[in-house]
Amino acid sequence: MRPILMKGHERPLTFLKYNRDGDLLFSCAKDHTPTVWFADNGERLGTYRGHNGAVWTCDVSRDSMRLITGSADQTVKLWNVQKGTQLYTFNFGSPARSVEFAIGDKLAVITTDPFMELTSAIHVKRIAGDSTEQTEESVLVIKGPQGRINRAVWGPLNRTIISAGEDAVIRIWDFETGKLLKESDKESGHKKTITSLTKAADGSHFLSGSLDKSAKLWDTRTLTLIKTYSTERPVNAVAMSPLLDHVVLGGGQDASAVTTTDHRAGKFEAKFYDKILQEEIGGVKGHFGPINALAFNPDGKSCSSGGEDGYVRLHHFDPDYFNIKI
Amino acid sequence: MAAEVMLMNEIEATAAQMGIDMNIDFSSIQLPPGENCGIISDDDDVYHDDQLEFDSGFGNVIVVDNLPVVPREKFEKLEGVIRKIYSQIGVIKEDGLWMPVDPETKKTLGYCFIEYNTPQEAELAKEKTHGYKLDRAHIFAVNMFDDFDKYMKVPDEWAPPEIKPYTPGENLQKWLADEKARDQFVIRAGTDTEVLWNDARQSKTEPVYKRTFWTESFVQWSPMGTYLATVHRQGAAVWGGANTFNRLMRYAHPQVKLIDFSPGEKFLVTYSSHEPSNPRDANRVVINIFDVRTGKVMRDFKGSADEFAVGGAGGVAGNSWPVFRWGGGKEDKYFAKLGKNMISVYETETFSLIDKKSLKVENVVDFSWSPTDPIIALFVPELGGGNQPARVSLVQMPGKEELRQKNLFSISDCKMYWQSNGDYLAVKADRYTKTKKSTYTGFELFRIKERDIPIEVLELDNKNDKIIAFAWEPKGHRFAVIHGDNPRPDVSFYSMRSTHNLGRVAKLTTLKGKQANALFWSPGGRFIVLAGLKGFNGQLEFFNVDELETMATAEHFMATDVEWDPTGRYVATSVTSVHEMENGFNIWSFNGRLLYRILKDHFFQFLWRPRPPSFLTPEKEEEIARNLKKYSKKYEAEDQDVSMLLSEQDREKRRMLKEEWEKWVSEWRRAQEEEKLERQKLRDGEASDEEEEYEAKEVEVEEVLDVSEEVLSFEE
Repeated sequence: MRPILMKGHERPLTFLKYNRDGDLLFSCAKDHTPTVWFADNGERLGTYRGHNGAVWTCDVSRDSMRLITGSADQTVKLWNVQKGTQLYTFNFGSPARSVEFAIGDKLAVITTDPFMELTSAIHVKRIAGDSTEQTEESVLVIKGPQGRINRAVWGPLNRTIISAGEDAVIRIWDFETGKLLKESDKESGHKKTITSLTKAADGSHFLSGSLDKSAKLWDTRTLTLIKTYSTERPVNAVAMSPLLDHVVLGGGQDASAVTTTDHRAGKFEAKFYDKILQEEIGGVKGHFGPINALAFNPDGKSCSSGGEDGYVRLHHFDPDYFNIKI
Repeated sequence: MAAEVMLMNEIEATAAQMGIDMNIDFSSIQLPPGENCGIISDDDDVYHDDQLEFDSGFGNVIVVDNLPVVPREKFEKLEGVIRKIYSQIGVIKEDGLWMPVDPETKKTLGYCFIEYNTPQEAELAKEKTHGYKLDRAHIFAVNMFDDFDKYMKVPDEWAPPEIKPYTPGENLQKWLADEKARDQFVIRAGTDTEVLWNDARQSKTEPVYKRTFWTESFVQWSPMGTYLATVHRQGAAVWGGANTFNRLMRYAHPQVKLIDFSPGEKFLVTYSSHEPSNPRDANRVVINIFDVRTGKVMRDFKGSADEFAVGGAGGVAGNSWPVFRWGGGKEDKYFAKLGKNMISVYETETFSLIDKKSLKVENVVDFSWSPTDPIIALFVPELGGGNQPARVSLVQMPGKEELRQKNLFSISDCKMYWQSNGDYLAVKADRYTKTKKSTYTGFELFRIKERDIPIEVLELDNKNDKIIAFAWEPKGHRFAVIHGDNPRPDVSFYSMRSTHNLGRVAKLTTLKGKQANALFWSPGGRFIVLAGLKGFNGQLEFFNVDELETMATAEHFMATDVEWDPTGRYVATSVTSVHEMENGFNIWSFNGRLLYRILKDHFFQFLWRPRPPSFLTPEKEEEIARNLKKYSKKYEAEDQDVSMLLSEQDREKRRMLKEEWEKWVSEWRRAQEEEKLERQKLRDGEASDEEEEYEAKEVEVEEVLDVSEEVLSFEE
């Protein structure tokens, strides 16, 4: 089916997130306004105004009531999804790069960039059920990895936190003690900055994408490398189908080099791979400029991509897609 | 340290206490020259050989003999004369001139020592003044100080050399006997150099040998594929062997820049250029010619860069390498160098000039050898403002007889193209129009093998077309020309044998408006790839010249290089590191089907391993071509077996992968089930765990919107 082109952002997209029911799609971009769309027809439902910098990331609670966004304006904000009002603002001394609610939505993990004298850090905040009782206090702060931490997510049962970033190493931290439990192997692991990390629906495994032109699939509990998907481009975004054994990689050359080369050179395609056989099965073209964000609808029947060109493209899959055999 | 994992921040804190910078980028570390961190390079012995020469520290001292013997009164005058002669060549060290005096007679002893700043200067002084005539009785004999030592050490009695028992060498041609008749190629990417089999049947490569830092600048196959040459700071080396690559020989030549094999791979020419001590002088050039098998220097040439700049005074040929061009086919009999108003032709039996003198040709600017015969084609441009026409002549070696000469008028430029069998020579001549404002191009076609070497003039249909590329069909009688204007030039094919008259050139066809700027004939002829490199972004057209039809068009985006394998079965196109993106290579079948593609960052070189010429007679080859069906049966059967095996292996591999995956999935399910209760607790007892077993159901809902009753009249 023809993709639905969703125009609304004025700057490159940075992040996409579906709610659990799969009826809403939240998008973040370098303009300052996260936007919510109907995931079915791509109609714009509303915006969340209040940030004063590029918005890098967001997450939505399981009940689709609350949205959390992290921005380069050094704040993380909690929003009322329905009304678009700000519930609370966490202030940091440096830009917030990633946020994620824990299982149960009572905790959130936030990563902040190295900035001025500050090193990068992973913060865990308690999220109050009633936002009037919300406090600034951190439950845990982890510092250590060199460079930016591009993504931090919760492990099973909120017991661990998985982080990845510029130093190309994936680390698993103990949430109780803040101690480092595991590090990915230098030999088999990524060689360059890890740009994205996404968990499987059940959290049992996760996929990481890196500028070393590959994506890798890991077991969440043991940090065992299971699969490697290699491509021709630096990978900016990854997504996993919850329905079929497919993974999608999006990327392209550095945004600053886009205008200096032919558009074909960039290969701004979202590439579909067979998750088990690691073979490429198809691609979706369309964006002008690299793809920065990818997300699968939880029903696995549609996916969306966000590009450096400022558009979100929503793809509802044709019936053929569900019968791909290789 | 305890086995427990230390936190990064703890490590850093400790490091900060100790004042250690943790931000180490290992790739940025460059060892100082001469430092190897205790890792011994296997090239070290070459280093040592080099240094031995300077161990005595007198490498910069020369001894000048046969000086006049003078009494004390004349001592200063003589010293002045010597100083004057030798300080012209280099800087003599302070107190570097010492002329010993006989303590009894107070006369000089007829020799002196001169110490220069560098061994190079000393070497140069020796070369320049050895045999210098001060007067009739005093002809200088100049030697390096170190040489005395060396020759003094020669034992007085001749000892018979130890005869080593003969050990048969490896079969260096074993790769030709590959069961699957595959070809090899070498690639260089990053710091790795790799030799691989092209296993086209399985659409992949098979590794042969790989080595990191194998070469310091580039690699090169010898013309018949026996050796792979690598280039290092200390010299060049060749590698080969039956199943792997061992170093067979080394050729010491410090700072070697360029290398070139003779066509029969008997000799290796190495070239280096050195900064002069006096910045006003031209660079000093050293060229060595080695015997490939023994590693001996057969002849060396030293001089200023000007002497070895090809084309004499600003000639037509811009390319200055190889300086020495080899002639006489695979027998490596002759090599020649272009000089000012002459061509110096050497023969390899004695490594001296033929007849002890160069071939004098006033104002010659370019020459080229026939690929098979000892014939030189040379070009002399117009002189005296057009009074003396330009000319192309063919000269036979070693007799130096002129076989044929052709005068050409109002010529601006000229290029010579030999057909690979030496049957034809095409001279592309750019002529001025009457106004001299622009040029047009014509071809002079020489039929070398026919009596009296007839010449035919060919002009294109539109003679104002610019020629973009020209190429002879290897071993054939056809040639292809790209002509016209960018961006869509035309490609024309001509044959030297027209259907009615074997002695006439005839046009076969013209393809209009092709995106091509380079021509690549298959080594077996018949097929050609019209390639649009650089500006055309890698357009490829595979064309069959026998049928005059296009077999396939394709694109290898940004391709920079195209090379046929030596058998003409496959074509490799590559994107080298001149581009940042897309680095790697594609392998195509001769008819333009993409077989496989491999991407490598920092891709520098792709070279097919050449094959020596076939031993089959032309008659035998023709017979095989006629009965191809009979011969190909065996290979077709093999192909089928391979594809069967391949699909079998593929299925097996996939089954394994699926099984492995199932194991993971069941493991995850188990863990998921175990944690179910705890997860519910985290969610305040919300039982729904459905996101883990999400199932989309399509539900059809029928809704009654409106019910209305209407009475219809019914007529009977």
